[in-house]
Amino acid sequence: MHIDKDLVAASATPLVLAILADGESYGYAILKRVRALSAGELQWTDGMLYPLLHRLRRLGYVTTEWRTPPEGRRRQYYMITDEGREALADQQRQWVAVTSALNDVWPGSGGLQAAAGKA
Amino acid sequence: MESLESQIAEWRAYVASAPAVNGHDVDELEDHLRHQIADLTEAGLTADEGFLVAVKRMGDFDAISREFAREHSGRLWKQLVLAGDDGTTHAASAWVEAFVFAAAAAVAIQVARLAAGFPDEEPAWFARNLGLFVLPFLAAYFARGRQLDVRAWVLMATPFVLLALVINLYPYDADSSTEQLVALHLPVVLWFVIGYPYMGGTIRSHQQRMDYVRFTGEWFIYYVLIALGGGVLMGLTAGILEPTGVDVDKVAEWVLPSGAAGAVVVAAWLVESKQRVVENMAPVLTMLFTPLFAVMLVCSAVVYAVTGRGDAFDRDLVSIFDALLVVVLALVLYGMSAREPSASPQWMDWIQLIAVASALLLDLMVLGAMIARIGDLGFTPNRTAAVGLNLVLLVNLVGAAWLSGRFLRGRVRFHQLERWQTAYLPVFALWATAVVVILPPLFGFD
Repeated sequence: MHIDKDLVAASATPLVLAILADGESYGYAILKRVRALSAGELQWTDGMLYPLLHRLRRLGYVTTEWRTPPEGRRRQYYMITDEGREALADQQRQWVAVTSALNDVWPGSGGLQAAAGKA
Repeated sequence: MESLESQIAEWRAYVASAPAVNGHDVDELEDHLRHQIADLTEAGLTADEGFLVAVKRMGDFDAISREFAREHSGRLWKQLVLAGDDGTTHAASAWVEAFVFAAAAAVAIQVARLAAGFPDEEPAWFARNLGLFVLPFLAAYFARGRQLDVRAWVLMATPFVLLALVINLYPYDADSSTEQLVALHLPVVLWFVIGYPYMGGTIRSHQQRMDYVRFTGEWFIYYVLIALGGGVLMGLTAGILEPTGVDVDKVAEWVLPSGAAGAVVVAAWLVESKQRVVENMAPVLTMLFTPLFAVMLVCSAVVYAVTGRGDAFDRDLVSIFDALLVVVLALVLYGMSAREPSASPQWMDWIQLIAVASALLLDLMVLGAMIARIGDLGFTPNRTAAVGLNLVLLVNLVGAAWLSGRFLRGRVRFHQLERWQTAYLPVFALWATAVVVILPPLFGFD
């Protein structure tokens, strides 16, 4: 299934924030988690993750720290801030509103879930 | 494995060549690439295949570096990079275009001078309209460069036309001081108007407003450099031609205004196309002068506080303090625009705060004296303009000092400091407009 790139872009911020709300992480691990969560359906261009992460940092939603794990290379870890959590909560409200609207208007009784099942 | 390392090194060099991507970003991207390759080889691919797939998954690097440029516009704010690929042909035609607009400004100023009856007379309307002879060409240069549509052209031209009507229909008294204030403030208003085409027909984006601030600073530096070079050229020409009996002053009288008008556009073109040269110079200048100004301001504040001479201020001093606050604000704005927004507080931020705080202290003393004076003698146009500007600057710097204090204690993000400044820019524009449009009728065109 191909997911429209506008939709991919729109869902990127809440996804990343939600992953970081579970605990700090770094670029590659975040991307792997996105792939696992969406069963490979959400195809991100790997490199695009980093400008996004830097934007979240500029907005104060995440903080960063360079660290060298016991075995491995020095890498940058991202941690969510309180502002980031607020932004995530806000995003969640928006997505709930959108999905519930879609749910109501979707053909068939099963709503969004049934439509997803067919696709 | 050897070949994989060299392949990665090659890829790294390629990625690092993008202007908006810095060393840390490259490290981060390389770490990502290595992880991906490791996972892929674990799944059964050879190192070579893993490398190819990992690079492919990383995506089209042109697009990614554009994203980086958009996010870190402070690192380069290059419209050229954002706009596209055919750099060489673009640069050549841009040169011609800039030259045409510069020449047009140079000619316009001479036509205006002839109309004013130069050199025998120098009527007041000439000084009053000076900005209108030059700056429309700069606005048009940007509007063309940014390929604005007709609607945006009209929106851009409207303030020029309205202001031209207003300042020329007002019946100023002879030797009117409101007229002089208009001459002083109109270029500032027009400069804000030019922000509209510069930002590509929008005014809402805070990042683009910061870009315009940055542009203004760079433009100023280039203009000063051109003026210095022009001064040397004129001086040498005068020295060489003097013995031949040519009246050098007469020549200079005509060359100088055209040069000064044309340089407005040329400096803008230089900033646009040669940004990266000065990009390294401007932060250095800020770094150099912010501590010096901080020392000077602290010393003056101490001297005034100790001697208690705060009541001896006269009218001229308020203008000097206005100039001082403008310079401090310029240093703050410029230091801000040249700074990496995500960096944590550094010693420069402290020095900046000290400079701002002592400037505020000094200014409060002046303002107190000034308001007492107005209480005794009443408002005049000059006093109103000076005090008004002072208040506008004061509010800005108090806000800036407050926020940077909180930033240094880790309470707010740097982003919010930037936001304060970019959100405040319209206040300056409104104040300058008020001086041009409202002040003259308020004081009966005195």
